[in-house]
Amino acid sequence: MIEIGLGHYLTFGAIIFSIGTLGIFLNRKNVIVILMSVELILLAVNINLVSFSIYLEDITGQIFTMLILTVAAAEAAIGLAIIVSYYRNRGSVRVEEINEMKG
Amino acid sequence: MIAHALFFYFFSIIAILSAIMVIVSRNTVHAVFFLILDFISIASLFILIGAEFLGMMMIIVYVGAVAVLFLFVVMLLNVSEQKLSWFRGARKTKHIPIGLAVGAVILLELIVVVGGWKYRDTFSETKFLNFEKDFTNTHAIGNVMYTEYIHLFQISGLILLLSMIGAIVLTYRKREGVKRQDYFTQVGREREDSIKLVEVESGKGINLDD
Repeated sequence: MIEIGLGHYLTFGAIIFSIGTLGIFLNRKNVIVILMSVELILLAVNINLVSFSIYLEDITGQIFTMLILTVAAAEAAIGLAIIVSYYRNRGSVRVEEINEMKG
Repeated sequence: MIAHALFFYFFSIIAILSAIMVIVSRNTVHAVFFLILDFISIASLFILIGAEFLGMMMIIVYVGAVAVLFLFVVMLLNVSEQKLSWFRGARKTKHIPIGLAVGAVILLELIVVVGGWKYRDTFSETKFLNFEKDFTNTHAIGNVMYTEYIHLFQISGLILLLSMIGAIVLTYRKREGVKRQDYFTQVGREREDSIKLVEVESGKGINLDD
């Protein structure tokens, strides 16, 4: 309990990851919260990579964390651009009204 | 060790609570603020564990760029306050039990994976790199970032360029009634299009309208 090891960090990452997936599944409000949940999931992956990198003493995990950081920033920009253009056409970003493709 | 444990529990509890608040808060602006709190506490955890460079980078990239981008879009779209309570749609749906079940299964699987990590020695030998202890974290990253991983680094730059172009293309629209330069017609003007030499006889005027 007092001795903080790799397992603590991995469990913490797992909890954050699950909260992110729950946010995607349970959300009926707007798409922006779904994008934030995706950010949470990427963050959980980052936590795993960094803690493995520290405890295995291999710097590669931190390099890959930086790449994931890049992809997360790109994904946020593209996703928000899609949301803005959708809102411009439909006037709403409610998840349950986005059903044009019958998905 | 005790200080490490105290700080770990402090930051991780704050991070988990704010992550929950991100997905349950009704006001989207509040959700973005809790997301920022989440980023900062996880960056503190990174600094605590010894990855200082990534912690600082997280604060710069996530809090300074991504969260502010979210805030801009939330303000721009006027979707901040939600009338309905959270998770409840206008129609009746069965998504809540299914979503909870999927989330529980994912958490269970992840915990199984973490438990399996205890017995990692029986799986495979891990190769350790020799760290020189007088290197700082930033020094160690810089040593391999621009040598071994130069291609990944350049590809990530290309990804950023691609996302920039994509965002501009997605949100660009032509507006009516805006005066703007048209380079091709400007450069493509010939002398004959605009200047005409006219012989004017003395004593008579000239009619330019013909």
